[in-house]
Amino acid sequence: MTTRYEAVIGLEVHGQLHTKTKMFCGCSTAYGLPPNTAICPVCLGLPGALPVPNRQAIALAVRAGLALGCTVRQSSRFARKNYYYPDLSKGYQISQFDLPLNEKGHLDITTSAGTKRVGITRIHVEEDAAKNLHGAGAGTDTLVDFNRAGTPLIEIVGEPDLRSAEEAEAYLRALRDVLMFTGVNDGNLEEGSFRCDANVSIRPVGQEKFGTRCELKNINSFKFVRKAIEFEIARQEALVSSGGKVVQETRTWSSTQEKTLSLRSKEEAQDYRYFADPDLPPLVVDDAWLAEIRVSVPEPVVARRERWQRELGLTAYDAQVLTSHPRIAEYFEAASASLERALGGKLSRDKAGKRVANFIQAEALRVVSTSGLDASFPCSAERIAELLALVEDETINGKIAKDVFVDMVATGKAPKDIVAQKGLAQVKDSSAIEQTVRDVVAKHPKELASFKAGKAAVKGFFVGQIMRALKGANPALVNDVLERVLAEG
Amino acid sequence: MLHAASASALRERVVSGELRAVDIARSALDQIVGADARIGSFLHVDGEGALAQAAAVDRARAAGETLGPLAGVPIALKDNLCVRGVPATCASKILEGWIAPYDATVVERLRAAGAVIVGKTNMDEFAMGSSNETSAYKLVHNPWDLSRAPGGSSGGSAASVAAGMAPLSLGSDTGGSVRQPAAFCGLVALKPTYGRVSRFGLIAFASSLDQIGPFARDVRDCAIVSEVISGRDPRDATSVDLPVGSYVSELGRDVRGLRVGVVRSTLAEGCEPGVVSAIDASIDTLRRLGCEIVDVALPTAEHAVSAYYIVAPAECSSNLARFDGMRYGPRVESPDLLETYGKTRALFGREVRRRIMLGTYVLSAGYYDAFYAKAQKARTLISRDYAAAFERCDVVLTPTAPSVAFGLGAKTKNPLEMYLADIFTLPPSLAGLPAISVPCGLSDGLPVGLQLTAKAFDEGTLFRVASAFEHATDHHAHRAPGFATASVGGAA
Repeated sequence: MTTRYEAVIGLEVHGQLHTKTKMFCGCSTAYGLPPNTAICPVCLGLPGALPVPNRQAIALAVRAGLALGCTVRQSSRFARKNYYYPDLSKGYQISQFDLPLNEKGHLDITTSAGTKRVGITRIHVEEDAAKNLHGAGAGTDTLVDFNRAGTPLIEIVGEPDLRSAEEAEAYLRALRDVLMFTGVNDGNLEEGSFRCDANVSIRPVGQEKFGTRCELKNINSFKFVRKAIEFEIARQEALVSSGGKVVQETRTWSSTQEKTLSLRSKEEAQDYRYFADPDLPPLVVDDAWLAEIRVSVPEPVVARRERWQRELGLTAYDAQVLTSHPRIAEYFEAASASLERALGGKLSRDKAGKRVANFIQAEALRVVSTSGLDASFPCSAERIAELLALVEDETINGKIAKDVFVDMVATGKAPKDIVAQKGLAQVKDSSAIEQTVRDVVAKHPKELASFKAGKAAVKGFFVGQIMRALKGANPALVNDVLERVLAEG
Repeated sequence: MLHAASASALRERVVSGELRAVDIARSALDQIVGADARIGSFLHVDGEGALAQAAAVDRARAAGETLGPLAGVPIALKDNLCVRGVPATCASKILEGWIAPYDATVVERLRAAGAVIVGKTNMDEFAMGSSNETSAYKLVHNPWDLSRAPGGSSGGSAASVAAGMAPLSLGSDTGGSVRQPAAFCGLVALKPTYGRVSRFGLIAFASSLDQIGPFARDVRDCAIVSEVISGRDPRDATSVDLPVGSYVSELGRDVRGLRVGVVRSTLAEGCEPGVVSAIDASIDTLRRLGCEIVDVALPTAEHAVSAYYIVAPAECSSNLARFDGMRYGPRVESPDLLETYGKTRALFGREVRRRIMLGTYVLSAGYYDAFYAKAQKARTLISRDYAAAFERCDVVLTPTAPSVAFGLGAKTKNPLEMYLADIFTLPPSLAGLPAISVPCGLSDGLPVGLQLTAKAFDEGTLFRVASAFEHATDHHAHRAPGFATASVGGAA
């Protein structure tokens, strides 16, 4: 009988705190600056320089903790993690160790198997290292860019509650959503502002005790996370099934070879000699500050999706698409609220919401571009509402609205102005429509005769002629009038 | 002779127009040229910078501007303080050639007060030592007896003032490094409360203990410069936001009724008889001045040396990790990274390496609780001892050091014996308390120092008692024999 195994996975995620300046100095955190231009004595670790915590970074870290259901430790401590590497300017990294800022949180994830609550052990604050640019110098020289040194990070340590690569990916996606929607992190995997390490082990199903784990380092896309974990589970299963043993080690994912490779074994693991950083007093988040931060935590993204389905008439799919980015979500909410207001209750809330959702998904998203936590929209949300209000009060029809939107994007003009300048307003006055209908019918006796003879399709010909003559009119109204006039004949 | 005058007197004469700051600076620089070959107190003399700062003071006066409290006063700075554009070596080969690109906060404050920085003074390498003998560059000779040590680690700062090369200097005190050399060189020096003076720009030895402190020839000068450098600095997270108050206004105040705590048990042990008799006489003086002398006990203070030699090396092992040859300072290149680190860091001297290894060991997995955690507990207990003592007294009186200046080379063979030179200065350091050392007499012609310790942020009381003591005695008027070229007084 073959033993069945289950995977045990815990993720450690490093997220860059979305601040203008670094964790312990005033240097810029902007990505992509020329090497070594955002540096100062503090982040370079010059003799005599001292760190001073960035208040905004702490506030964001607390916000992340609150959004993930953590208990915030109101007096936490910075600790030094000591090791040598050329990208580490002080010979130690300022992090937190025995007294982290946030503890005991959770995150709910949804997979094909349903919804599951995943524990979060801790979320602590730390600084990033610089970046080694191997081979950037003469020959094989490594050069170091210290722009990244001292960038504020949170490390989110998850409980080993995940049982599959699918769950791991769902956890990462959900975590990224939470961090982006709280403004804590820009979710940018390519620029490395959201990075993940995975601890993976296997054990026979039913066994309580964890197996020996391997740590997978630096897997920088959702796709690779899934692949790396899948590969690692399979590797460990094959190893154990054939009588081998998993060795505790650090492995890395090679995207070119599509497999995990050993980096270093446990024996080479370092003793980081953690101790409380004497340069930094206890990090105190007093009641007033905590309350202030609590108020700044926005509605959770999951709750928002549910509310939109409940109140704004969206499907689960709509809600998912419109929460693909926090700015898009805000845009949608602003536009639907604006449309609801503009119509003064003539349209129920869920209908207004659904119309806006449909229009944004079908038309607007094509011309929205996002970059980190920023997004650029072709027009304001209020303009979208104005446009849809014109459809709702039958000034234009849905098809014309699409053309008007194209014009709005191109010219930046208000939808009302475009409709007026181009004479796109449809005729809503039924007496005016009736006159035109009668004229058109009178001008086409042959077609009228064939209609009378039972050729119903001729009605479409009349509609076309009438619409052209009216330069736009409410199609339903035209149809009604035409039917009445044709019946008279 | 200008170099023998007090800072307050010099400043007065600059303000009155009687003296130009530039002439004072020249006089100080001349004295350095004339005397420092024998003493060895300077690692770098910044003549050009000093004259420029002095000229700026003269221009400010000519323009009718209000002059700062140290206008035109020369000051020497320990070589672990950063002055923009000037070398800072910490008397170590590992920082040879490094020029600081920024000013320490105390340097900014000194400049704003009109002080004229004449140069950087010799020290024990990275402030690790009690005799200045661990300097990688040269020895410092005690101006009172050139065969003796000036004390340490701020030996160069002390000797420069004792030899009349500047009326003031700054040192740093981690476990006694301004107080003990002040005692050995017959000077006044203050170790401020931890958090009172910004450490920004002070190259760290042990961050939880380091404080910058001044040397002066009298209590008034020490009070003036202490006031200038003290106060909250947003660039040092451990600096405390409490009003500094006026130290100068404490000078000359009555001390009647003030309670002076004496720790009897420690006095007899290991102190030279000459030190004991000078201290006994000092106690009598204070009693005569109306102070109430009370016995206090600091039972856990006996663990101060052990606790200190765990905490300070632990912090230094981490603080000095940045000297890896990657970004600044010399690098001993090797094809292998680890070897490059090893060879570069071998530029540290023996004492520094000893402490880095000690500190690395006590922070290691499996040893942390037995050593570092326990030492931190000892610190807490020592603080509690002081809290209990301060319920019975306003200041605690001890000798500053158990002996007068010892001979150069006398203790270099035995680090433990050297460490014991700090037994009286370590307890206030571990408790973060302010302590002042004032001259309290001579023993065989060498100065003895009296240490007064007060409650946290109560430097004012220290200056009050020190000033009263100074007025009642003439100890501060004694000068190193070869350098006593003029009479000096508080308001000469």
